[in-house]
Amino acid sequence: MAFTFAAFCYMLALLLTAALIFFAIWHLVLPEYLIHAFFCVMFLCAAEWLTLGLNMPLLAYHIWRYMSRPVMSGPGLYDPTTIMNADILAYCQKEGWCKLAFYLLAFFYYLYGMIYVLVSS
Amino acid sequence: MSAPAGSPHPAASARIPPKFGGAAASGAAAPAGPAPAPHQQNGPAQNQMQVPSGYGLHHQNYIAPSGHYSQGPGKMTSLPLDTQCGDYYSALYTVPTQNVTVNTVNQQPGAQQMYSRGPPAPHIVGSTLGSFQGAASSASHLHTSASQPYSSFVNHYNSPAMYSANSSVASQGFPSTCGHYAMSTVSNAAYPSVSYPSLPAGDTYGQMFTSQSAPTIRPVKDNSFSGQNTAISHPLPLPPPPSQQHQQQQSLSGYNTLTWSALGLPSTQDNLIRNHTGSLAVANNNPTITDSLSCPVMQNVQPPKSSPVVSTVLSGSSSTRTPPTANHPVEPVTSVTQPSELLQQKGVDSSSTTSSASPMPNSYDALEGGSYPDMLSSSASSPAPDPAPEPDPASASAPASAAAPVIPQPSKMAKPFGYGYPTLQPGYQNATAPLTSGVQPSNPVYSGFQQYPQYPGVNQLSSSLGGLSLQSSPQPESLRPVNLTQERNILPMTPVWAPVPNLNADLKKLNCSPDSFRCTLTNIPQTQALLNKAKLPLGLLLHPFRDLTQLPVITSNTIVRCRSCRTYINPFVSFIDQRRWKCNLCYRVNDVPEEFMYNPLTRSYGEPHKRPEVQNSTVEFIASSDYMLRPPQPAVYLFVLDVSHNAVEAGYLTILCQSLLENLDKLPGDSRTRIGFMTFDSTIHFYNLQEGLSQPQMLIVSDIDDVFLPTPDSLLVNLYESKELIKDLLNALPNMFTNTRETHSALGPALQAAFKLMSPTGGRVSVFQTQLPSLGAGLLQSREDPNQRSSTKVVQHLGPATDFYKKLALDCSGQQTAVDLFLLSSQYSDLASLACMSKYSAGCIYYYPSFHYTHNPSQAEKLQKDLKRYLTRKIGFEAVMRIRCTKGLSMHTFHGNFFVRSTDLLSLANINPDAGFAVQLSIEESLTDTSLVCFQTALLYTSSKGERRIRVHTLCLPVVSSLADVYAGVDVQAAICLLANMAVDRSISSSLSDARDALVNAVVDSLSAYGSTVSNLQHSALMAPSSLKLFPLYVLALLKQKAFRTGTSTRLDDRVYAMCQIKSQPLVHLMRMIHPNLYRIDRLTDEGAIHVNDRVVPQPPLQKLSAEKLTREGAFLMDCGSVFYIWVGKGCDNNFIEDVLGYPNFASIPQKMTHLPELDTLSSERARSFITWLRDSRPLSPILHIVKDESPAKAEFFQHLIEDRTEAAFSYYEFLLHVQQQICK
Repeated sequence: MAFTFAAFCYMLALLLTAALIFFAIWHLVLPEYLIHAFFCVMFLCAAEWLTLGLNMPLLAYHIWRYMSRPVMSGPGLYDPTTIMNADILAYCQKEGWCKLAFYLLAFFYYLYGMIYVLVSS
Repeated sequence: MSAPAGSPHPAASARIPPKFGGAAASGAAAPAGPAPAPHQQNGPAQNQMQVPSGYGLHHQNYIAPSGHYSQGPGKMTSLPLDTQCGDYYSALYTVPTQNVTVNTVNQQPGAQQMYSRGPPAPHIVGSTLGSFQGAASSASHLHTSASQPYSSFVNHYNSPAMYSANSSVASQGFPSTCGHYAMSTVSNAAYPSVSYPSLPAGDTYGQMFTSQSAPTIRPVKDNSFSGQNTAISHPLPLPPPPSQQHQQQQSLSGYNTLTWSALGLPSTQDNLIRNHTGSLAVANNNPTITDSLSCPVMQNVQPPKSSPVVSTVLSGSSSTRTPPTANHPVEPVTSVTQPSELLQQKGVDSSSTTSSASPMPNSYDALEGGSYPDMLSSSASSPAPDPAPEPDPASASAPASAAAPVIPQPSKMAKPFGYGYPTLQPGYQNATAPLTSGVQPSNPVYSGFQQYPQYPGVNQLSSSLGGLSLQSSPQPESLRPVNLTQERNILPMTPVWAPVPNLNADLKKLNCSPDSFRCTLTNIPQTQALLNKAKLPLGLLLHPFRDLTQLPVITSNTIVRCRSCRTYINPFVSFIDQRRWKCNLCYRVNDVPEEFMYNPLTRSYGEPHKRPEVQNSTVEFIASSDYMLRPPQPAVYLFVLDVSHNAVEAGYLTILCQSLLENLDKLPGDSRTRIGFMTFDSTIHFYNLQEGLSQPQMLIVSDIDDVFLPTPDSLLVNLYESKELIKDLLNALPNMFTNTRETHSALGPALQAAFKLMSPTGGRVSVFQTQLPSLGAGLLQSREDPNQRSSTKVVQHLGPATDFYKKLALDCSGQQTAVDLFLLSSQYSDLASLACMSKYSAGCIYYYPSFHYTHNPSQAEKLQKDLKRYLTRKIGFEAVMRIRCTKGLSMHTFHGNFFVRSTDLLSLANINPDAGFAVQLSIEESLTDTSLVCFQTALLYTSSKGERRIRVHTLCLPVVSSLADVYAGVDVQAAICLLANMAVDRSISSSLSDARDALVNAVVDSLSAYGSTVSNLQHSALMAPSSLKLFPLYVLALLKQKAFRTGTSTRLDDRVYAMCQIKSQPLVHLMRMIHPNLYRIDRLTDEGAIHVNDRVVPQPPLQKLSAEKLTREGAFLMDCGSVFYIWVGKGCDNNFIEDVLGYPNFASIPQKMTHLPELDTLSSERARSFITWLRDSRPLSPILHIVKDESPAKAEFFQHLIEDRTEAAFSYYEFLLHVQQQICK
């Protein structure tokens, strides 16, 4: 049993995912995207391919979402002129709930993953 | 960062809740002030006098406002001092109804057109006398009338509580008036000073009664002038039966006593009728006439549609024609435009007729001066002349119902006013009976509103179908399957009207006019599943601030609203008992406030369901300070003008300055109105116009990276204090930059400066731009590739290139500033980016491609006319609009120019009468437990007179459970307009080809859904219900519209402008843009002609838009909304060319011809009156192009023939085959 880099990654991801759960609710878009991208990179370095694979779809979605954001000069995702349209608002809310569910599941997966790595190594 | 909306509006929300009083009130009062002041000093008269002043405050803004006008002119005659005021008013309200003309007669003989024909109105006579009589007879009566009801009210309830209530009202709404009257009150023992303030409220009510009030008013006025008023006031309150009251009053006044008595009696109607058919002159002879007029006005109200027709006739004064016109369903429509023409107002009044206007306070003018039209209308409305005057679907005017009952019934039933509602029915029966045999509202039911929950669906259907002009056929008609591929002439010969919701006749009368409020499905499906099956878009199309000739304005202490959903009380609520009402949107049971129990209409207590709010689906409330975040702002106008070389070359400055000089006095506003000017090229120039300077001072700021205001206080100046300086500037401006070599344009910094200048107050910024902004913030690059203009693949750059303009617009919107963009450019100017400044600040966009004052005179003329309308039209400031709908429905996606502040609240920095909106709806919960759904829009705004007002429209629609009923109720025009809006969004967010596909799919889906579910006929043919038969045609028209077409060379700016128009135009105008109207005009006849003013307007049948209809022997007029084309065939009759065009033969017609000469021939007169009539019906003046068959310009004309094949697009038949193919797939 040794505290490997992979275990460190899982532990970090565990903590950060807890933060992401709140970000997903609060729609703090940029921090969420950055944090998620950050531990994806960490998993890549740790060669945790399965975990990385699980996160890739979300990462791709984030990238696509940010690329296709409305024209705006500053950072940000939501356009004040359209966000209050009920359908767009509903979509964003649904998106938030889906991510919340994903992060919750991921949280336990990382917990499991960390213990598994610690035990197996 | 990611967090959305919050930022833009802090200012609005943060504002201090103000006390209403001081500035706003005084400002508002000021304009009215001069005139009334002298009168007030007459000791006894004070009471009555106050009314006019108060009145003035309320109504000045309104187009229709009769009261102001009448007052102004009347006073003018008597008092030389007042002339300014008179000018001011008359200038401001060009729109105002005929009444206005009456008043002004003395001063402006030209205005009288209407009257000139008819026998001189009694009013006029009075006015000419030069004494007060004129005033009294005219508008002034109306005002005073308001006071009477109030007084009666007071008498009724001597309880101090009532007084206090009144006083409070006054204090809120009209502080100024209070002050005025408080001074004077001493003399009147009977009426405490407090009561005066309340009078305004009375006015509003008075409007409702108009017929009643009008007569009463006169006496009052007369008295006041004579100084007898005290005597009058006492008698008034006493008699419960209104008719008697009137008589008494009249007798007191000594003014037309005879007439009043007539009112109550059946004989009066006869008189009226005679007047119609016969001549106006008769009326003149009889003193009674005036009274009768007022009465008829009330009657008119009932059959709104028919009445308009009548009114036209009257104005026309041709007695013979009247009967036919009334009968024709089509006519009403035409009549609608008439009032506008008369007024020469460009504003579009759809349904409201002059006659209908009369019942309202606004209509006072009509009563006074313009009574003729009213009379006519009244006569028309009266059941006798027309056995079947069906209420128009289009003009289903709620107010009519309220007013109407009063008059007609007395005649028949001999009942007192109070019971007007029941009495109405006989009148209605006449109209409706033949058509809607089964459905008629049960006579016994007096409380019409309460009935509705009970309606059986069947009855509704039958009743609704009952023959309106449009698809007058009985119910089955709208469902009659039409084989589209077999039907060669799908387009009807007459204009397409809005379908009438399938409601019981009572509700139908009360329902909102389709000109203001339309739904794509007039039968709302019960569930979302049903809606999905029908594959039709569900949404609303709104034109909330339309110019109305009649509008009940209500002042009361408490605006009655539902406590949970805040819905305003409306005709479709149900009264559970005397003291409680049930909200029709959320079904909560609310208490009826004490004040609401008194019904000013009948002057009775305990009839809340007869209050004007409950009798009219379109009403306007004067809001109290609860509805303000800050004191009402003054009207503030800022003009930001491009003066770079390009702009000077185009020469728009001359036209603008000229228009401004001409219309400076007509700018809507009160004494606080402020105005400012900025110009910019590569630097920004401010103009110090502070009062006291000898000449305007130009201040140049060259630091465009960090713009500052050199003298923040003196750049926006009071219009009246600095008028001379402003005029100097406007005279100098066109020549100041003639030699400029500056080619750059720093639009962005100029806008930032404008924002800084406007942010303390809010208001309107008008930006004139002629090129791509090339300096400073917001600079843009040319993005258009001319080679891609006719690409069939991808059209790029429909969205903005930068969000600078959007952010600026949001900042402006937060500071209640709207930015209107006039783009006059011959080159690509990236309208897609620039338009954002108007889109999100609730501004409007005007685009004049290839504008040049000499090279393109027709554009120059158009700009001039548009500017006139733009500068003088009504305007509302710091507005918000909220749309509510019955529980179970929900709104998503709004279309139009605004900022969506929350899911159902639109923030509109400015609102103008030409703005339209659309909303998409979805059904969230099943509507199975209700048979009716309602939609309510409430537009809260500050009028240009500094009043806070709320305009409320309520629409009621039935719920159906079968798919067939859903199809039967499709409003195809509304559906197309909503689809167009959605397609614009789609093409910006996704791509143009996506949008086009979606449009085609809309047809394919709905027709295939219909084919597979409703029609059981052979599936090989392409079938559509009759209500949808025009759907494919309109969609094809959309696909060939500039906004969505591909394959035809279209400049990017043109395309974007078309999209902007689709988003912001109201339905009527948008439909013309999408599907032009084609008429053959070389053989105009008077058959079916209508009468507008004193002109005969021929009504040629509509032709389908196909070259097959064009014959070489003919001449055709195409009405594309903003452009008219007259196509002259090679073999066109020389008589036509000579008589109408003024050239001897075809060959001599010049290539560029933009005017019809005024020739003294019958055919020329007909053609011109027809074109003028078309022109007057729209806010923006269309350009006329006369296109010879062989000229190169004919391509322009032919591209509008949308049923024909072009190299890039299907013909109509091909399109149908394509759709059929898709369905079969």
